[in-house]
Formats: sequence, structure tokens, C-alpha cells
Amino acid sequence: MTQEAEDAARRSYGKLVAILAARSGDVAGAEDALSEAFGSALGDWPEHGVPANAEAWLLTVARRRIVDGVRRRKLDEDASQHFLLLEELAEPADADALPDRRLELLFACAHPGIDRSARAPLMLQTVLGFDAGTIASAFLVSPSAMSQRLVRAKTKIRQAGIGFRVPGRDELAERLDAVLEAIYAVYAEGWTDAEGADPQRRNLAEEAIFLGKLIAALLPQEPECLGLVALMLHAQARRPARRNAAGDYVPIAQQDTTLWDGAMIDEAESLLHAASRIGAPARFQLEAALQSAHNVRRTGEAVHWAAVVDLYDALIALDASPVIQVNRAIALSKVALSKVEGALSGLQALDAIATDARLRDYQPYWAARADLLARSGDAGSAREAYERAIGLERDPAVRRFLQERAAALSA
Amino acid sequence: MEYLLLLHSDPKGWETMNETERAQGMAAYMAFGDALRKADVLRGSNRLRPADTATTVRIREGKTEVQNGPFIETREELGGYYLIDVKDLDAALSWAARCPGAGHGSVEVRPVWGM
Repeated sequence: MTQEAEDAARRSYGKLVAILAARSGDVAGAEDALSEAFGSALGDWPEHGVPANAEAWLLTVARRRIVDGVRRRKLDEDASQHFLLLEELAEPADADALPDRRLELLFACAHPGIDRSARAPLMLQTVLGFDAGTIASAFLVSPSAMSQRLVRAKTKIRQAGIGFRVPGRDELAERLDAVLEAIYAVYAEGWTDAEGADPQRRNLAEEAIFLGKLIAALLPQEPECLGLVALMLHAQARRPARRNAAGDYVPIAQQDTTLWDGAMIDEAESLLHAASRIGAPARFQLEAALQSAHNVRRTGEAVHWAAVVDLYDALIALDASPVIQVNRAIALSKVALSKVEGALSGLQALDAIATDARLRDYQPYWAARADLLARSGDAGSAREAYERAIGLERDPAVRRFLQERAAALSA
Repeated sequence: MEYLLLLHSDPKGWETMNETERAQGMAAYMAFGDALRKADVLRGSNRLRPADTATTVRIREGKTEVQNGPFIETREELGGYYLIDVKDLDAALSWAARCPGAGHGSVEVRPVWGM
């Protein structure tokens, strides 16, 4: 298949799974039927040509597979569904009229009844057609464990009768949060592959943006959807500047802003503005605003650190996670006029959360601590903190960067 | 649960490094070991001398065979190990990913089967 055909197949995949599963509530069954339909296409299309309406063709074949399956099993409980499917088969599918049920599928994947750790992987598989092995690598889980997790989640959807529907007003905000969080988890996993060395991984960041744009298009009145897309685009815009030509890590403050993708930043900004016109900012809009505050450097403006601290305070009011506290401490250290004074106020903020057990193995905490200690002039403690950060780092380029920082201490 | 992280890599990588790169590489391993100790998960670790120092023994039909070299000759050879005690496989994988060996070779994660 050409890249284009592959992309088209991938896009169709989620649409078709959504339509098939929305009817039966059986995601695994829908996927099996669809993969058989794709198999038939591989045999049929080269001979008879690609049908004018490929999606409708695939849908009809997949439905027939499901009907055959039901017929074979001859189970009473499936009889009513059987007749519904027969009715649908009687009317040939028309692609222009194919409903987009992907939103319902996304909500089913991020249903509160589904284990949190399975939500993002489930979306990748059902909406985008990723295989379990690729998903496992991205989330640093063993492939067999990931397969099990996915099977269990799909069984849960079917057996618990998790509905394929968009939640009503009263529960929409909370349920939407779970969907957006899962999409962001996909983005975050794609983001860790800074060089884009792993083509599948780089795709993940782009696929997350695709999912974000999809949900923003389906729910245009929800500001958090726009906020999430703005956040991802702002971060993505800096991707080309995150490593230099030698493959070394370049911290954000030292990035060559001419390498940033201006069009992407503009798109993010206009989404963020559109979101702010709809209503009060929540998590993803605040995070997008933080990215925006860094990306003003593209136009030669300096980062306004006091405003950044305010944004972190607003985020902490929503969720006092240590991750946000660490970032706030770094921002706080940049507000003060003198280097040492700033470092000390940042350290004070870190000390306030130091007893949190989650920070023991959290690399950014130790890297932040090391940097602030170095700036405050305490080389000995800085070296220790750098060692800790180096030992916890996954990315060899970042590890080298931290080692160079630590070595510069004694010089 | 205990897991053994087995570090496989091509020793040529080390041989072609300059002094600074070697020092940096060693320091990265030191820092990784320290992080394991501070997280209180390390149960043991060591380097192994290169595979050409290996001697392999087997007994076939009552006869002892002793052979120079490792059991299997491969480009990537077993160069060291970490024995860690963590909650589950996910935790073991996250430590394996932090191991410098994952960057220049492969880290095999094997659950220990206690006797």
C-alpha cells in the first residue's frame, strides 16, 4: 500500500470500528470483522479495482461477517441484534451518510469503568488501529501485558454494557476530562522521543494532535478541547529546536527560536483565544497558556515569569500535583532580580514538597534542585542532586547534558 | 519481586570511545547504580569481564568438554547485571529504560524464579 492509502485506511479504521461497535457494544468483534473486511479488500480490490465508495464497501463486508458470526453461534440473546444487522445490510451503506461515531467511541474508551492505564492505549488501538506491540513500546509496558490490558478493557465494555454515547450536560465536563487526559497521555509518550528517531513514536505525537483536532471538531463548544490542541501544538512547534545538529539536548531557554514552527504557534494562539471567548479557563487552557508564555520568545519578547507563576498557581488550585509544584518552583526562581535570591526562593518552594514520596524517583525534581543549588552557589549539594537526576534519566542526550552541567560545577 | 536486568552490548562501542566519553559513560552507570540504591531497590550488581575471557563447561555422554569463549558467540555480549527488587514488571521496565545500557545496547528484564 502507498503511504496515502495506508493513511486513508487508518482514518477509515476508527470510523468503521466506531460504527460497528456502537451497534453491538462489542469492540473486539468489530475489530475482528473489520480486519477480515480489510483482508477481503486486499484480495478483491487489486482484481476489480478500488470501489468508488471504499468505506461503505468495507462496512458492508464487515457487517456481513458479524451477521455470519451471529448466525453461526445461533444464540437467542443475539437474535434481536441479528435482525437489526440484517436490516442494515438490506440498505447498502452510503459513505456520505456514514455517521461519525468516533466521539462515542472515544467516550467509551475513557469511560470511568475502564482502568485508567488502559484508556489511552485503547484509543490508540480502536480509533487509530495501532497494534498492541507498538502501544506497549510507547507506554513502556511488556507487549503481552498490554495485549491483556486491551482485551480486558474490551471485554469490560461488552460485558458491562458501557454505552456508546456522548454524556449529557450534567456529566460531560468530567467525562470529557478523562478523554482529553488520555489523548494528552498519547502526546506525552510521543514527546519523550525528542529526536523523532523512532518513526512510530514520532507518529504518536502527531496522532495525538489528530485525535485532539478530531474531538475539537466534534465538540467545538468545549473550550478544553481547544485548549488541549493549543497545548499540543505549542509544544510540537518547538520540536525541531529540542536537539542541535550533534543530537545534544537544548534546554528551552537556549533554543534557537527561528527553528520553532511559527505557523503552528499561530494556530495554537488562535485556538487559545477562541477557547477563552467561550468560558472560564481550566487545566488544558492553563497549560496551553504556559506554553504560550514560553513561545513569546519567537517574537523577541522576554518570558514574563511573574505571569508564569500565576498560571502555575491557578493550576495548583485545580490539582496540587508535585509535578506542577516543581515547575512552579523553577518559574519562581526566575522572578527575583538577583540570581542567588531567585535560586533560594525556588529551593524554598522545592523544600516545601520534599517529603512527597513520589518525588524520590522523579527526575525533573532532582534536575530542578540541582540547577537551583548550582545557581545558589552550593556546588557540593548541586553535584549530589545532579547525580541523582542523571541516574534517573532515560534519555541519553539529557543525561549527557546533565553530566556536562555537573562537570562545569567544579570548573 | 526480584528481576535481573541483563545488560547486553557490543563491546566495540566501548573500544571506539575516547577518554571523555568513557568517563562520561562510567559516570552514567555510577549515577544509575546510586539512583537504584537511593530508591532502595538494588540487591546486587556487577560488570563482567569481556566474553573472550569466558570458559564454558559441559558434560556430554559422561565426558567433560571445556571450551574457550562464551556459550553463544554474538556481537552483543552479556556485560553486566543489576538485581533489583521492585513492585512489578512495569516498575522493572522503567528502571531498565533508565539504565545507560538501554541506550547503547539492550537490557533484558528477567523475573527471578526463587528456589
